Amino acid sequence: MVFALAGNQNSGKTTLFNQLTGSNQHVGNFPGVTVDKKEGIIRDHTTGEHHFGPRSWGHERHKRSEIPPRAPATVVDLPGIYSLSPYTSEEIVTRDFLIDGKPDGIINIVDATNIERNLYLTLQLIELGIPMVIALNMMDEMRANGNTVDVNGLEKELGVPVVPISAAKNEGIDELIEHALRAAEHRECPRRQDFCSGAVHRCIHGIAHMIEDHAQAAGVPPYFAATKLVEGDEPMQKRLHLTDNELDLIGHSVTEMETELGTDREAALADMRYSFIEKLCAATVVKHGESREHTRSVQLDKVLTGKYTGIPIFLLIMLAVFWLTFGVIGTFLSDVLSAGIDALTAAVGAGLDAYGINPVVRSLVIDGVFAGVGSVLSFLPIIVTLFFFLSMLEDSGYMARVAFVMDKLLRKIGLSGRSFVPMLIGFGCSVPAIMATRTLSSDRDRKMTILLTPFMSCSAKLPIYAVFTAAFFPQHGALAMIVLYVSGMAVGVLAGLVMKSTLYKGNPVPFVMELPNYRVPSAKSVLLLMWDKAKDFLTRAFTVIFVATIIIWFLQTFDTRLNVVTDSSASILAGLGHLLAPLFAPLGFTDWRAATALITGFSAKEAVVSTMAVLTGTNISELGMALQGIFTPLSAASFLAFTLLYSPCVAAIAAVKREMHSGFAAAWVALAQCLIAWVFAFAVFQVGSLFV
Amino acid sequence: MTLAQLPVGESARIAAVGGEGALRRRLLDMGLTPGTIVMVRKIAPMGDPIELHLRGYELTLRLEDAQNITLVEMPKVEEAQG
Repeated sequence: MVFALAGNQNSGKTTLFNQLTGSNQHVGNFPGVTVDKKEGIIRDHTTGEHHFGPRSWGHERHKRSEIPPRAPATVVDLPGIYSLSPYTSEEIVTRDFLIDGKPDGIINIVDATNIERNLYLTLQLIELGIPMVIALNMMDEMRANGNTVDVNGLEKELGVPVVPISAAKNEGIDELIEHALRAAEHRECPRRQDFCSGAVHRCIHGIAHMIEDHAQAAGVPPYFAATKLVEGDEPMQKRLHLTDNELDLIGHSVTEMETELGTDREAALADMRYSFIEKLCAATVVKHGESREHTRSVQLDKVLTGKYTGIPIFLLIMLAVFWLTFGVIGTFLSDVLSAGIDALTAAVGAGLDAYGINPVVRSLVIDGVFAGVGSVLSFLPIIVTLFFFLSMLEDSGYMARVAFVMDKLLRKIGLSGRSFVPMLIGFGCSVPAIMATRTLSSDRDRKMTILLTPFMSCSAKLPIYAVFTAAFFPQHGALAMIVLYVSGMAVGVLAGLVMKSTLYKGNPVPFVMELPNYRVPSAKSVLLLMWDKAKDFLTRAFTVIFVATIIIWFLQTFDTRLNVVTDSSASILAGLGHLLAPLFAPLGFTDWRAATALITGFSAKEAVVSTMAVLTGTNISELGMALQGIFTPLSAASFLAFTLLYSPCVAAIAAVKREMHSGFAAAWVALAQCLIAWVFAFAVFQVGSLFV
Repeated sequence: MTLAQLPVGESARIAAVGGEGALRRRLLDMGLTPGTIVMVRKIAPMGDPIELHLRGYELTLRLEDAQNITLVEMPKVEEAQG
């Protein structure tokens, strides 16, 4: 049995999903888009604390055996949407799943504190004629404010069961599960579908009759199909294979309705739904003024989105998050972790030596596996810590305010304020930044943000900048750094403008966004998200990244005749460096060691500096001197420009592949970044040559 | 007068929602239907977008999009509800 969980954004949908399934869930994606598809098994509610119907504890075991066993029920968490309109990929995915996925029932979560707008989606879901239960969420907040909802009245008017719950406090969940299972088992479809009157009513009914055969042939509920045709929904017109004659009749019927109402089709239906909801709420909801949560949010926003305080506070919060993640907690945990890995490496190394194992195998294990995976694992604490803060910001409702405050900056490149935070995180590390785009509500924005994030210079490139500026521009260190970071952003803006007018030419999703009330994040949701991201990263660390490290190790360890090299300049990697070096001649650096270092930078950016040190036979403190023998100040600048922009490291590429659901996109990112970097470095060197 | 011109702190009733396609549908779906009373709560620090209060919740939209929403010419008389 499969249930679909549908509801508005910010209605507590994720919290409810977590309550329904526990940690028993897995994340996939809907075909063709980067929209998350979370699935989970609904927990056994008969063992929960709140039993349905009278049952005493003493007879627990005896009673339970009387309950007929039920097949496990699955729940699919659909994207948070406000309507079933045919415009965003989230809405289309939801429609397709509800119509073609043939779920046995819908659990529609409705935020009782914001009931008018939430019921708008409910009315459209009811039109689908699928067994449905309404989970009326945040009833604890309603009660605490002395507000009430006449649940029976609501149930009667809407024709579907309504269960008051509090997802955050885990109240009413068992009743909800029981009602949902019962509705699905007995195929209890909504008892009412028609919420309109007058001209709209006549129009929908006329069309529903006319297209009934088409709708059944196409597997679409006729009433739903009719409403969508009245709205002028193109995907529905195509799906039903209507004849020209029928389309004419529909057009005629709609025009008649429009003339009678003095408004157009879309406004007429929206108005019809909202009018019904207004009447329904007037009869069933008792509200005594503003809720405490709402008043508190308005007060908080006076400061958090205030004219003079909004931006400084945002910057302070981000600074604190960065400092705590990359400075305090992340580094501490990373140090602990790498100490652990070092100890393990030493122990394994000693064990292998004692066993007298072949030195190549020892090198594979120690220099390849342990060093490679170990260095990638050191990212893990940073990712977990960062996502702890991010999910706090998201769940509390602050992320929507960031979008509100920063929107104007990103609008020029066709994005909204929502993309600001992931890009900002890109300055720390591209991997969590790309993973953080998951919170963006539009498929298009998500893809564009992922492609732009690598332009934000990540912190792993800092050691490269530091060594080079110290060696070549000691007087202008700070200036050089600023120029590098700003150039990265500037090229990013250019890339954004190009993408906006080519790849993502279509209409951007309108920036019409809710600013939800501030709420205390649920510990369960925060922990589950951290666990999810950690698991996600670890899976990649032990697959793609693992393979990449082994390949780099192989190239470094052997020569072309597969002999183990004693001199690093004889390895296959060095050979590749020699091979690629001419490519960099127009950029001003022809030395094969530069090319080789750039190749190893693909596994991790820090490796550029360490490879340079190994290949020049120096240690980090003497590296500057050695570099002066390889580069001129101008070719060093060109080299820096190239490092700033060329392909992100393998961990970031793997993240792109995972989030875009496309290996092609990931390969394209790697290649395109290299091309852009080459062109940019070429310009730096050639233009610079005119002046030097 | 359009919603983009409504001063901060004032409420008005929506007369019509213009524009087309995804944007217009989105505005209607979010409850900005003709007859609805909206209040402009604030303007973002950089001067755009704006924050609205309607149907008991807060909504933000850009000034250029707010220009599509025309208002009934009688502000000040009514107060936002809910």
